[in-house]
Amino acid sequence: MNEAGPAHLRADLAAIAEMIPGGARVLDVGCGDGALLEYLVRTKNVDGRGVELSQQNVNACVARGLAVVQGDADADLAEYPSQVFDFVILSQTIQATEKPAQVLAQLLRIGRQAAISLPNFGHWRVRLSLLFEGRMPRTKALDYHWYDTPNIHLCTLADFVDLARAQGAVIDRALALNQNGLAGEMSSNAFGPNLFAQGAIFLLRKN
Amino acid sequence: MTEPADPHFLRPLSAPKADAGKALSFGPDKPLKLDCGRALSPFSIAYMTYGRLNDAKSNAILICHALTGDQFVASEHPVTGKAGWWKLMVGPGRPVDTNRFFVICANVIGGCMGSTGPASIDPVMGKPFGLNFPLVTVRDMVRAQAMLLDALGIERLLMVIGGSMGGMQVLQWAASYPERVCAAVPIACAARHSAQNIAFHEVGRQAIMADPDWKGGEYQLHGTSPSKGLAVARMAAHITYLSEAALQRKFGRNLQNRDALSFQFTPDFQIESYLHYQGMSFVDRFDANSYLYITRAMDYFDLAEDYAGQLADAFRDSPVRFCIISFTSDWLFPTAENKRIAHALNAVAAKVSFVEIKTDRGHDSFLLDEPEMFDTVHGFLNAVAHAEGAA
Repeated sequence: MNEAGPAHLRADLAAIAEMIPGGARVLDVGCGDGALLEYLVRTKNVDGRGVELSQQNVNACVARGLAVVQGDADADLAEYPSQVFDFVILSQTIQATEKPAQVLAQLLRIGRQAAISLPNFGHWRVRLSLLFEGRMPRTKALDYHWYDTPNIHLCTLADFVDLARAQGAVIDRALALNQNGLAGEMSSNAFGPNLFAQGAIFLLRKN
Repeated sequence: MTEPADPHFLRPLSAPKADAGKALSFGPDKPLKLDCGRALSPFSIAYMTYGRLNDAKSNAILICHALTGDQFVASEHPVTGKAGWWKLMVGPGRPVDTNRFFVICANVIGGCMGSTGPASIDPVMGKPFGLNFPLVTVRDMVRAQAMLLDALGIERLLMVIGGSMGGMQVLQWAASYPERVCAAVPIACAARHSAQNIAFHEVGRQAIMADPDWKGGEYQLHGTSPSKGLAVARMAAHITYLSEAALQRKFGRNLQNRDALSFQFTPDFQIESYLHYQGMSFVDRFDANSYLYITRAMDYFDLAEDYAGQLADAFRDSPVRFCIISFTSDWLFPTAENKRIAHALNAVAAKVSFVEIKTDRGHDSFLLDEPEMFDTVHGFLNAVAHAEGAA
């Protein structure tokens, strides 16, 4: 049981937690070990559900009393009805999906708002690494070889903003994440953060 | 309305110290209306309870038993003397903790451990029902359980839980009486019985009916018992409760009490002796006609059919919290069937958890020592009890 504030949560999860009002109906897609979901259920009294790919994580979540099903963002979102959740969360997952555009469309359909956090492949270290080393960049946040990475659809923040707009989404909020956690609100075109932020959180809704 | 019935069915006890439980009789004013169009009246339901019902009556949990189970879920079986069939799940300090919760388990209608079934005396004919007993369904079983709870003054269940056919009853409970169920835990089951499962059941039934001692279902009148047929039915069914991996691990091609093949048809292999034992020990405690009726009830189960083929509609706007559990090596009620239920629940945004447990022990895993299943039920039940302010 987590009685502490969101301080113990990973920075992007803590920031998402603060966006969500008490009592909201929330679906956390790729909820991992359930840390965010458990925090929201216990301290914000949200009606929370989770979807998680790893059966081991699912079983651990359910044993902790969370409502979580084993499932896949690519395959299993289509079965949910439209606009039944106040918030749908997708944290650090969209870059690992097979069809990010379809996943994003499903998130915007299921939830009135979608909170999405993602790593920024446009960060200057990534850019310099590719420029000077001539090899696929490996960073602290994305510490994989090109051949074993689960992150098969990496993008820059600017790329993501383009996709969101192409899907007819409105960006209600955009927060940049730096190495130490949250860096703050950014303009919706993410021009500066696209070079300097390690990642970002976007709060979207369907126009 | 109801008067306590003498549990006469349990007189030939081999374990006389065991608690034979209770039974409630429902008179002509309380008929059990059946899906087949007939009604059962009068009828009895035999049941066991464990733990104490709290003053708010908010800590009641119903356990639904499987095809060959009974009400002795957490205490010694009065016929076999064996410990409760789910003693690992239900009891003091267990996931379904009888120190905290009031547990009820009733023998299904059509059964042979005290609830009215084909071996009971037909009051009209003055002889055992035999095949004159009406065909019952899973929904009939649940309807009878609801009448029992009414009689016990229990309006709402904190949880309904069961495996296999017990899981079917859990689903039916959630669909038929959503306002009476806080949480539902269907384990290793399906929302419909598959063609393969119906096929296996038909093999079992044909084995029973091919036994000359079955006598058209009137073996009680003839003083015979189709025990060979029933044993074969049990042997065939028992294979479906295990997995190839578990059979190979436990028995392999090991020989039974011999060093070489006998070149005869006596059991050479351990797996043969094991199945023989399973068959023979089963006939001591189970009625052949009950086996016909209950397997038929499972065959008829197709929850979606009552909702124009849309399983999700069985759970639309359901306030029930679900926790579905399946086992990787269960080929009788495989994960895909359990997941189908989870998908239907997601489609109506019901509160659902779904857990698949890795094990090689097949369908019977739900009866065995599977710590992950216990952790799941324990955590889920705690969360439900906390949310409901019960126990």
